[in-house]
Formats: sequence, structure tokens, C-alpha cells
Amino acid sequence: MIQPKNTNLTKKSKTLHKEAILKFSLIGNPNSGKTTLFNQLTGSTQYVGNWPGVTVEKKEGKSKFKKQVMKILDLPGIYSLSPYSPEEIITRNSLINDPPDAIINVVDSTNIERNLYLTTQIAEFGIPIVVALNMIDIFNKKGDTVNIKELERKFGVCVVPISASRGEGLEKLIERALEISKKKVSNYKTKSFYNSEVDYVIKKIENIISDAKHKKLSSTRWGAVKLFEDDQLILKSIKLNKSQFNKINILKNRIKTSKNVDRQVIIADQRYKYICSVCNKVVKKCDREKETFSDRIDKILTHKILAIPIFFFFIFIIFNMTFGSFGEFLKEKVAFFIDEHVTNFFINILVSAKASLWTKSLVLDGIVKGVGAAASFLPQIVILFSLLSILEDSGYMSRCAFIMDKLLRKLGLSGKSFVPLLMGFGCTVPAVMSTRTIENQKDRRLTIFVIPFMSCSAKMPIYALMVPIFFSENQPLIIFLLYLIGVLVAIFSAVVLKKTVAKGESAPFIMELPQYRMPTIKSLFMHVWERVKDFLKRAGTVLLACSIIIWFFESFNFKMQMVESSHESMLAKIAAFISPIFTPCGFGDWRASVALVAGIAAKESVVSTMAVLYNTIDTAELSKVVSNVFSKASAFSFMTFVLLYTPCIAAVSAIRQEFENTKLTFFAVIYQLVVAWVVSAFVFFVCNIFLM
Amino acid sequence: MKTVNKLKPYESGVVLSVGSSGALRRRIIDMGVTPGAIITMKKVAPFGDPIEINVRGYSLSIRKAEAREIIIEELNKDYIGEKKYDSTKKYKSYKKK
Repeated sequence: MIQPKNTNLTKKSKTLHKEAILKFSLIGNPNSGKTTLFNQLTGSTQYVGNWPGVTVEKKEGKSKFKKQVMKILDLPGIYSLSPYSPEEIITRNSLINDPPDAIINVVDSTNIERNLYLTTQIAEFGIPIVVALNMIDIFNKKGDTVNIKELERKFGVCVVPISASRGEGLEKLIERALEISKKKVSNYKTKSFYNSEVDYVIKKIENIISDAKHKKLSSTRWGAVKLFEDDQLILKSIKLNKSQFNKINILKNRIKTSKNVDRQVIIADQRYKYICSVCNKVVKKCDREKETFSDRIDKILTHKILAIPIFFFFIFIIFNMTFGSFGEFLKEKVAFFIDEHVTNFFINILVSAKASLWTKSLVLDGIVKGVGAAASFLPQIVILFSLLSILEDSGYMSRCAFIMDKLLRKLGLSGKSFVPLLMGFGCTVPAVMSTRTIENQKDRRLTIFVIPFMSCSAKMPIYALMVPIFFSENQPLIIFLLYLIGVLVAIFSAVVLKKTVAKGESAPFIMELPQYRMPTIKSLFMHVWERVKDFLKRAGTVLLACSIIIWFFESFNFKMQMVESSHESMLAKIAAFISPIFTPCGFGDWRASVALVAGIAAKESVVSTMAVLYNTIDTAELSKVVSNVFSKASAFSFMTFVLLYTPCIAAVSAIRQEFENTKLTFFAVIYQLVVAWVVSAFVFFVCNIFLM
Repeated sequence: MKTVNKLKPYESGVVLSVGSSGALRRRIIDMGVTPGAIITMKKVAPFGDPIEINVRGYSLSIRKAEAREIIIEELNKDYIGEKKYDSTKKYKSYKKK
């Protein structure tokens, strides 16, 4: 049995036999099922989706098979080892700088030709490789067959058919991986994928560079092919002297090239030709209908006229489920549970423990109230996330990118920006990370810049609190309006920035459209649990700390005496400096400003802070107090400000990481603050005219 | 010379050459659009761009601007990703010309 490795056990075994741990890297095309395999082998629950580019960072896990401990590395999906996109560079560098004991090459058997193209490249690396022929169950279901033995012989690699999602064939896969890695020799028997002419030149180049011994080159074959292709990164890393350089150039020029057929094309072409000739012999495809199930769904979902209405219909469904009566109902249930049971539970404990007045105040006014207020909105967050995850798993997200590309290009973005933007409605952090599939740096930065304007799910509690109070008649409409303001500001920002700072061509749009798949319950649970776990973590750390800090500053004055009313507290005095800034926006109340400042730590703490500051017993009373402090106009402007201003610390640090530029991050934060203030002041002004 | 963007839905062609340059061209080639490959037009996006093509048995989306760089020779029958047709012959005869 392959056992997911418990981390504690691993530490022990590490000290026992240090050299025994083997390292395997999972490499394959995007969306070929690497992460599913990774999760199966290591027992972890990494994010899986049905769109190319879900995994953007390498991830490590441990696994155990017959007492053998293995380190498994999940690398971003790539189509080729050329050094163009960030994912390709990550994978390539990982192979060069930290070569694994064996490569597990995940190949999607339903798309075998293109997947094997990468195999021909990594086979030249000189690292033992085993091909995991994934999704073999779907492949066989179509009635197709593949001659494994022959495939192994033609490519000079081990091939094991598996189904990662069903967990079939995994034991054999690991067995083979262990075998080949322990032999410590490449199982690659210098298979040549090229014709005799090209092969001759590459062999000659190999001879030349084998003299210029270079550590970073795991195989001379790979180096020679890359030199033949004029790969600049390799050229720099190999220190060739002048005569060697000239010799290679003379050799290269033996192969005729033209404007449209350069050496890169020759190599790629011959690889594909080789694969094609092998597949024609090895793979037997039975005759099938020309139209697959996926095609038929696609005919409707990307239909010329229907596509756009269907898209908006889905968006409408998501909103209605989350903010409509269903979401409201669940929210009330949870709020009731917290108010009734959790609060009473703590009161009972405190009373029986004969706690002092200030302890009581800390626990009830600070912790339970603060964290509880945010927690009551968890059901709605879960609904939103479940629905987004269904869109993601089914493969519809990629179609959205396909449909929206032309519109987005007019705004200076590309269709590839669409998935990250839609993800932004869930959480800004993964959305920002997922921009790595956009090849062009300018486009990537522009997309990251506007993602925070997509209202993230942590901002939802504020809308869910305020909208029912002030706009009870048409709740979903008002919330939709808020989201729309976010989208409009994002569009406006993108257009302005594209015309000024981020000038230039938009990134090309070359994207695989995956087959539609039925979203699985397991994956749905995994996505949602990920989010709930994240929320609970925040509740236990940031929200808890925030609530305590806020409680402390609003309960004591500067003489460290507990105050009767929070108006005399330290916090009121400090906040009095900030709040006038927001008077033009309509919420000059000092407690609102404090809530906004607390919101920088985590957006959920806006509500939790308000709960603490307005000193209310339950959500119902919080609503009552809020309705006294805010007016319709100021409530709407407050929500607009929350929607647009700086995202939470976690998001800002993710943005900083992807920008790789502190100045730009700083600019983004200032920009968001200014935009939020201007727009909410404007909204307040307009609302006052219409609502008064 | 016909290019991919001029294909109508369900029409196919054999790739003769790929234009464009740099990283963009490399990406197109890496995705399997090499001389001799059969491309079938599947559909045009609702707003008129990009397009969806079938190459080597999977769906690929590219913009018309990129499709314009891919020169093809049209095939008479509609082949959706099937390899009954010996595409290399056609390619070789093109090369001789």
C-alpha cells in the first residue's frame, strides 16, 4: 500500500536512514492530472481544477511505499521546456539545479500526442523517467487501446497506465519509479527523435560540449539540442571558448533553414513526426462519432447568441443563491446558534468560574462578539465558494475566457485575465497567484492591479449586515450594484493604466480548452474545506487578536481605567484624528473609521470590530444600532468604500510577491485608497440627492 | 495561400508553415501546430474572436491574428482530429514546389 506519510513519523525516519529518501518530480502538461496524482500519493489536499494552470508553484509532499520514504514534488504544468513562461522556468530550473532521483511524467492518455511532446524533451535530460499514462479509464471507455510494451520500446522509457482520480495503477507506478531510480542509470537508451541529418549534427555538438564540462548540465544530449535551437539560457550557462563556439556554429549551419522554418521548428517538427509515427502504430482508436459529449455541451454554452445570456444567467444564479433567501436563511440559523448557544455557553463558564468584570467583558464583548459576528456569515461564503468551484471543475471557466477575450482585449487585458478576475470574487490571494498563466508581464501586472476591485468573499459580511437593514426590499439588486461598481472601477482602471503606464501589445491568447467534466463531490468538498479552514484560521488569529485589541482600546482610557462609555476611551480619542477624513463620504463616525482600519488586517474584522464597538448583545441588536448610526446614503457609501479600498494584508503581500516590485505595490495601495475615497464620496453625494 | 482564420467551421487543412516570431511562435509550435499537422476549425467566439480549432485531437483557442500566420492547404473532407489522411505526402509535395 502507498501510504501518505505523517510528518512526525517522517522526521523520525529521516534521522534513521538519511540517504534512504528518494525524490520524485511530477512533470506533465497543464491539466493532465499531476495534482490529483500528488494528492493520491501524499494524502494532501492540494487545489485541483479543470483549467490549465491551477498549480503555479512547486509543492512538496511525502509518501511511503514498502518502508521506502519518498519525497514527491508537484511542479507547474508545462507544454515544453522552452524558457518563456514563469512556469516553464520554475520546472526547468528545478530539474537543472535540484535533479530528482526519477521523473514521473504524467501523460493524459486522451490527448496523447501533444502530451508525449514534453516526454521527448525530458527524456533527453538523462534523469530516469517513468511515464504515468493517466486517465486510462476514460481512454479505455472510448474503446481505444494502446500497446504499452511497444510504446516503452519506442520511447525508451517505462510506461505505466494509471487512473489518478480512481487511484488505479499507482502501486505499480511507484514500484517502477523505485526500480529505475535505484539503478541510478538513465533508462533512456539514446533514442533519437530526429532524422539522420539532424541527429548527426547534435551528436557532434554533444562531443564538443562534453569537453566543456559543466556541472549544471545533467545531460550533454539535452545541452546539445538546446544549443542547436539557440537557447539563450543554455548558451550563457555553458562556458564555451571561441573555437568551440565557432565549431558549433558551423555544424548548426549544415542544416538548412528559412524564414519560416528555423532550427526550433525543425526540432519541434521532427519530435511531433516521431510521436505521430509511433502513435499510429501503438494507439488503436476505434471509430467514433465526430461530435463528443463535450462538443455538444460546448455548442450551447459558447453559442453565438446564447453564450452571453447563459454566462449572465450563471452569474445571476450565483448571486441569488448566495445573497438571496437561501443564503439569508442559513446566515440567520448560524447567527441564532452563536447568539443563543455559544454566548450562553461562555456566560455559564464565566459565571461558574467567578470571573472578574474585565475578564467577562474581554470574553463576551471582545472575543465572542467580534469573532461570532464574522462567523455568522460563513454559510454565505461557503455557498459562493461551492458555486465557483463547480464552474472551475466543470471546465466552464476556460470557456468564459474564450468568450470574453475580445471584450477584455478592448480593456487592455486578455481572455487569460478572466479566470483570475472571476476567482477574485472568492479570494484575492489565489486569484493573484493564478495570474501566472499570463505570459506577458505587463498584462499580468495589470490584471493583478485590478483584481482587488473584484469584491472578495470576506467583504460579504459587511454587505450581508448592512443591505438587509437599509435596502430590505431589493437586497440582491443592491448587492449586484455594489459588485458592478467594483467591476466598473476595475474596467476604468485597466483602461486608464493601459493608456498611460502599461502601454503595449496585449498578451497572445493561446489556450487549451479542456474537455467538460462532471464536478466531483470530493473535489467540491476539498475546495470548500480549504476556504473554511482558512476562515477558521483567520478567526483564531487575526480576528481574535483584532477583537481583543479593539476591545482593549475601547474599554480603557489613557489612565488605564475601564470606561463607562466607549466615547471616553483611548480609541475614541485616537480615532477622532482619522474620522474627519471620512466626513465627506458620510461616515465620519469614529467607530466606522476604526472598523475600516481593522479591515486592513482582514476584511471580516470590519464587521467584528463594529460588533465590539457598537457594544451589542446579538446580531439583531447590532442591526438596530447600525440603522441609527448610518443613513441609507452613508451605508451605501460605506459599503462602496469597503469594496474598493486596500485589500487585506495577506492579499497585499501576495500582490507584492507577484509584482516583484515594492514601489509598484505601494502605488497600488495608494491608488486603491484614493479611488475608494473619491468613489464613495461621489456615491454619498449622488445618493443624498436621490434618496433624500 | 489559405490561412487558418479563413477556414469555416468544420473545414480542415494541413499546416504548411507557421509565421509569427519569437516566444509567440514557439508557443504555437509547442502546442502541436507544426507543418503536416491537420487543423480543423471548430468555432468562432461569440464576439468574432478568438477561434477554437482542433489540432492533434484536442481543442485549442487562438486569436485570428495568430491564426493568420498559420498557412494551410485545405482538405476536402472534414476530419476532426483523425489521422486517416497521410498529411506528410501533401506537405512533401508543397516543399518541392
